Amino acid sequence: MTRGTFFLAAWILAGAAGTAAADVIELSISGHKFTPADVTVPANQKFQIKVTNHDPSPAEFESHDLKVEKIVVPGGTITVTAGPLKPGTYEFFDEYNPDDAKGTVTAKE
Amino acid sequence: MLATLIIVFREVLEAGLIIGIVLAATEGVARRGRWIVGGILGGISGAALLAVFAGALANAFSGSGQELFNAAILLIAVLMLGVHITWMASHGRQMAQEMKAMGRAVVQGDRSLTAMALVVTIAVLREGSEVVLFLFGIATSTREGAAPMLLGGAAGLLAGALVSWLLYRGLVAIPMKHLFKVTNAMIALLAAGMAGQAAAILAGANMLPTLGDEVWDTSSILRDNSMVGRALHALVGYSDRPPGIQVAAFVVTLAALIMLSKLVGQGPRIARSEPRSASPAH
Repeated sequence: MTRGTFFLAAWILAGAAGTAAADVIELSISGHKFTPADVTVPANQKFQIKVTNHDPSPAEFESHDLKVEKIVVPGGTITVTAGPLKPGTYEFFDEYNPDDAKGTVTAKE
Repeated sequence: MLATLIIVFREVLEAGLIIGIVLAATEGVARRGRWIVGGILGGISGAALLAVFAGALANAFSGSGQELFNAAILLIAVLMLGVHITWMASHGRQMAQEMKAMGRAVVQGDRSLTAMALVVTIAVLREGSEVVLFLFGIATSTREGAAPMLLGGAAGLLAGALVSWLLYRGLVAIPMKHLFKVTNAMIALLAAGMAGQAAAILAGANMLPTLGDEVWDTSSILRDNSMVGRALHALVGYSDRPPGIQVAAFVVTLAALIMLSKLVGQGPRIARSEPRSASPAH
């Protein structure tokens, strides 16, 4: 138990120090479409994605590739942190309208 | 309608698998039906409430409200699963013997049932709030007819419930001698997987270090968003590209639960002298 507590304390302390400034990509959802739908980020560094939902229905910004999942209520804005990414293309979508609302993040070196 | 069915089914699947395991793990415990149904109903009410306050929650804690909430309820579920494992370690053998002797006789287990009902509530709450928001979106959108979509939602819900039932029936087909060994192992893995997910969520919100962004990449073999990937995600916290912290939390939790179970199992005299309201029936 003491070992577990030690690890927990170590994680929390390290976590508090582990934040850093990052690029912010802004996306908006309107008519169940992302604008912009395709964005480019520098590879191998963290970045943030800020999503604003202009639709009257809720959305869930989700990406298995980027490991993010967050609900965006009508008129709401959320921010998620992703990366660092290896060079390549990563998909994201609105879980509630996966056929219409989708896009990609391309990481370039 | 089919799209709605699939989306709702995916959301319900995770909670359904957890409920299936809980049903099997509490096989033969008195009044468990009432507790589990209560857990499901509590989860649905909580999900509706959570959907209403989704906006407020998202803005709480400088935008990390959703992450903190999800991690917190996952960790509560981990604790509750730990309570169940401890309870099984001190009562399990006796329970299996009694059930063998008396057929599927009922045994008392209120403490474990409270914990398991809370696990069910949390499982339903997590996925349920997403379903509620999704169906709300459909109900308010005029793009397509709401009726067939809601019908699809209901079908998805039923399909999820069916998976839950099938897993339960499959598990209880295991001979009684081995059933609780299997369910205990599944519950330990489930708890470790949840602890891993909670750690990954907190790392994603910059509240924990990632300890390595990608320990392995199995996305070419089994992707997170495939049905099997999702099922494994629900059962053991599978991730195709997990951060180090997720793997570490999984390993530490699993080791802690195994140790706890061994310690409690080895000291039956100490465990028996504990005052408790839930004494096994004779």
